[in-house]
Amino acid sequence: MEIIPLGDSALIVRVREQFEDAPEETLDQVLRTLQQLRNAAIPGVVEVAPAYTTVAVFFDPLTVAKTGEMSSEVFNWLAARIRASAGQRARDRRSLAGRSLPQIVEIPICYDAEFAPDLDDVADRAELSTKEVVDLHSTAEYRVACIGFVPGFPFLAGLPQKLATPRRDTPRKEIPPGSVGIGGAQTGIYPLRSPGGWNLIGRTPLKLFDPTKNPPALLHAGDRVRFRTISKEEFEALKR
Amino acid sequence: MQITVRRAGFLTSVQDLGRTGFREFGVSTSGALDSFALRVANLLVSNDEGAAGLEITLGGLQLRFDDERIVAWCGGEFDVRVGATPLPAGHVCLVSTGEQLKFSAPKVGCRAWLAISGAIDVPLVLGSRSTDLRAGFGGCDGRALRDGDQLYLREFRRSQTAATEEISSWSAPYDWASPTKRDPVLRFVRGIDWERFDASALQRFTSEAFAVSPDSDRMGVRFDSPELKREDNVDLTSEAVAPGTIQVPPSGKPILLLGDCQTIGGYPKIAHVITVDLSMAAQLRAGDYVRFSEVSLPDAHRLLLERERELERFRIGLSLQGP
Repeated sequence: MEIIPLGDSALIVRVREQFEDAPEETLDQVLRTLQQLRNAAIPGVVEVAPAYTTVAVFFDPLTVAKTGEMSSEVFNWLAARIRASAGQRARDRRSLAGRSLPQIVEIPICYDAEFAPDLDDVADRAELSTKEVVDLHSTAEYRVACIGFVPGFPFLAGLPQKLATPRRDTPRKEIPPGSVGIGGAQTGIYPLRSPGGWNLIGRTPLKLFDPTKNPPALLHAGDRVRFRTISKEEFEALKR
Repeated sequence: MQITVRRAGFLTSVQDLGRTGFREFGVSTSGALDSFALRVANLLVSNDEGAAGLEITLGGLQLRFDDERIVAWCGGEFDVRVGATPLPAGHVCLVSTGEQLKFSAPKVGCRAWLAISGAIDVPLVLGSRSTDLRAGFGGCDGRALRDGDQLYLREFRRSQTAATEEISSWSAPYDWASPTKRDPVLRFVRGIDWERFDASALQRFTSEAFAVSPDSDRMGVRFDSPELKREDNVDLTSEAVAPGTIQVPPSGKPILLLGDCQTIGGYPKIAHVITVDLSMAAQLRAGDYVRFSEVSLPDAHRLLLERERELERFRIGLSLQGP
């Protein structure tokens, strides 16, 4: 475990060097570290957030200093506490944002041409029919490696290798909410109207981010995701 | 009970000290880009330090007050007037019913933070009143203010403050009220990827002046030149970034991230501007030049602690001024 400053009010706990060589194991290890950090309730720690191989720890140096630590020792004091927390067994997996982890979440997707402007490109590149692309994409099992880019955007690991497609040369200025895309070896869903460069192959009627709810995002890092193919009619019905 | 936005100006938004606790869901910090300036302005008008105020970018804001309020602001070199009377940064003034408050374009700097006694009454969204302009929630309907908007204010107790219709003779310390400097030097601590840059790139980073690009915004200050190329071009695994992070995309043109930045990024992080210097960073605008100077992490923490102790003394001083 490596602990590295991220400026003067945050640090990064690097749990593993690589993600791609062992995504499942890495995610489990990162989530365990996240939970240990939460359980440790270290004074001055404001929040913790996972991403692929790391857990970021945001802290208030003033609160740490109030524990009696000299300003020259703030980082070392925190790093020592973090290392100590890693030895603790995860007591309570349910306390993670109020629910047990990981969950299995099914997401309905409509792959109709109307919602899939880049499906042909992805199929051409993979030398598959569009139906084969949809079958491969919708039957694979994915895991949320990280949430970011915009609020609620899940980066999903587990895309069948054949479907890996580089980002578009020119990103779109505006992508409709719910759009499902492929970017490199990952797939993901745009929760909000935003710019983006991924190849769009479908759309979900589900809301992935709602700031009036807590938690505001449908998915958490570590969740398992399955897709279910739906018709345009079902899409419209679910949207209502 | 309310103010009318007669002119919203270039970009004005409702901000408090920002949003914490939702980074795992990709929610940015948002908040006043100079949170210290907003805290000082709030203290001056007897608000809670974290009360919601307005962040004004490049001026042009005109407000009309529908009842009496005490106001104060901190930030760049703006000409601010209450009616026809100039209100300097860090001073306190009572705005009468029907009176107007105007922010001109700044001579130096980019942003100002206005505190109004009672504070702006917008709903708490995910624990904050800040506007998340990128995701479109919080503040005033998740957007920048527009001409004609009405903003509700919370009640305040007039007796809390000694302000009269005169501009106060006392003020916040000058450096806090006006943190703007022409061609500032921003202090930094090394970033995680410092060693991915070769000696000549690091030499340029610590010795040359960087020109602020016009496409800078609340997400980050972009620099046009000089370019910092690194030797390897391996793709890095995305990990957390924070306001203050200086990342270097493949173009070699560094970006200094500010409050609306994403929660994660995959570009190498060469350095981080220290928290106390984010006040100056928030004032950068196109055409400015910036230099970077290294400090140790313990020094960054010491500087932050010292500023907080001074703020505590200021807070006590203010409470002694009261009636």
